[in-house]
Amino acid sequence: MDLSRFEKTGEFCWTLSPEGAMRVPAVIYADETLISAMDEKVIEQLSNVTTLPGIVRAAYAMPDAHWGYGFPIGGVAAFDPEAGGVVSAGGVGFDVSCGVRLLLTSLKRKDIEARQDDLADALFEAIPAGVGSHSTIALSGTEMDDMLKGGALWAVANGWGEERDLARIEEEGCVAGAMPEYVSNDAKRRQRKEIGTLGSGNHYLEVQYVSDILDRDVATGFGLSKGQVVISIHCGSRGLGHQIGTDFLRAMSVAAHTFGIIVPDRELACSPIKSELGQHYLGAMRSAINCALANREVLTHFTRTVFARFFLDARLDLLYDVSHNTCKEETHEIDGIAKRLFVHRKGATRAFGPNHPDLPAELKPFGQPVLIGGSMGTGSYVLTGLPSSEAAAFSSACHGAGRAMSRNEAGRRWKGRQVQDELRGLGIIVKSPSSRGIAEEAPGAYKDVSAVAIAAERAGLAKRVARLKPLICVKG
Amino acid sequence: MRHMTAMWETFEHDADVGVRGFGASAGEAFANAAMAMTSVVTDPTSIRPALSFPIACSAPDLETLLFDWLNALILQMSVESVLFSKFDVTIEGLRLTATAWGEPVDRARHEPAAEVKGATFTTAKVDRSMDGRWRAQCVVDV
Repeated sequence: MDLSRFEKTGEFCWTLSPEGAMRVPAVIYADETLISAMDEKVIEQLSNVTTLPGIVRAAYAMPDAHWGYGFPIGGVAAFDPEAGGVVSAGGVGFDVSCGVRLLLTSLKRKDIEARQDDLADALFEAIPAGVGSHSTIALSGTEMDDMLKGGALWAVANGWGEERDLARIEEEGCVAGAMPEYVSNDAKRRQRKEIGTLGSGNHYLEVQYVSDILDRDVATGFGLSKGQVVISIHCGSRGLGHQIGTDFLRAMSVAAHTFGIIVPDRELACSPIKSELGQHYLGAMRSAINCALANREVLTHFTRTVFARFFLDARLDLLYDVSHNTCKEETHEIDGIAKRLFVHRKGATRAFGPNHPDLPAELKPFGQPVLIGGSMGTGSYVLTGLPSSEAAAFSSACHGAGRAMSRNEAGRRWKGRQVQDELRGLGIIVKSPSSRGIAEEAPGAYKDVSAVAIAAERAGLAKRVARLKPLICVKG
Repeated sequence: MRHMTAMWETFEHDADVGVRGFGASAGEAFANAAMAMTSVVTDPTSIRPALSFPIACSAPDLETLLFDWLNALILQMSVESVLFSKFDVTIEGLRLTATAWGEPVDRARHEPAAEVKGATFTTAKVDRSMDGRWRAQCVVDV
């Protein structure tokens, strides 16, 4: 990306002042290497977002930003419903509420290494992963609606989860305002046998260990210690969310002119929050958020069942569950006035600082855990929200390493078997139904997750707490 | 990936993949774009055209029609757990009628690499070159 258009407004902050149809500035948080490597499309898409009605303060891109659909992946934008603000299906994306949760165990790395192959096989068998895999749970029409209204709460009520998990999930496991009546039958059909499935692409379940502690106090507060085994689950709202994205992207694209909204890119299609279509989308999108929360809770249940077979006293506690493709109604202070805003985070994680009222009491002193997925070779990070997160980007941070090359390019460069063998040499077992899928997800296809996490910290978005390295990776 | 006869190909997008089909008619270009989409999941030659599925859609413009066509296939792929390798598409004005042939996903034989979540409007284009050849393309989310 050409940096000459930007004003450097902080060591890790690059600002493009409004020009043309832009209503507010476009701001990118990154170090010089990361921003230089970003595609020009990132600033083009981010600038397009700033033209949307009712946008507040600025449109932001996180250090892992890349070219997306309409919004860049790693994009954050907030809209004021009282100022004609909009909601955009493209601003949330197809995989609504895709996210990460982290489970803590009392096990040590050596406990896993002693039984690594058997555990990998058992997890691979218990976790439906990849195209053509189905859940053992099939939902009827009323069960589907209950799930869409109840989220993780529904999973717990049906015996696929633990009550104690709920406080450790955004919105306590169930977002209000879900309206399954605005979810199409097609979307429900796609979901019938998909609750408790991982999906494919970059989704995974990983058994990891804490390799580095970067903030001792916060790590202790989160219950993290060096050498401890943890489990990350990265997946979303499955077929239901994908279909809701498709349905409303089309509806908003076709209806845009009726609202007098001119978008520079059809993918940015949006509707006023206060319009009927906007409200229907919010009702359907919130149903998809609940679907993702239920999905991750059910997958956790499957994981616990496997661990209980291997380690009799294993207790898997949820540290936190974050979603990184959402639009949420939140209170933010704008020029000293508290306002209800609709915050789009597409490939961005919410990152509330310490003492935020929405955090559970045990986490209040430390801030909200921010879970950053890396590649299957390099590992992941736990960060925490900072007091500065709010002013930086409406309390948001990055969500992953971001791809450094396309799936095609990765498929040309690597073979799945070769990637598996190399990772095994590093002590990492990768299980997947697809060899080509492994090649496309090769560690080398991703950016350096450490650079992204450091940039997020230096920019004041979130602070690094611990680094995690994989031992077992189940990929779709 | 570029097919030998260059009737379809995939193209680069940061995190995802673009699909592009060419043809003597819009229908043929749409059919080949669908073939390119299948190639994102698996090698199309590994899929037997054993079952047929009728598909019909209409839209206010050709780009939206392409969006609808590819998403109708994605819906069938997801709900019926099938993969497609043969398409017969007729487009009259802004109305599409088609048959898609394929078979149930066989995880051992097809080794599906990725699930296509949805076809998008990103880089969506349906047009005709000077020599009369049609092109239909967009990015799909995987």
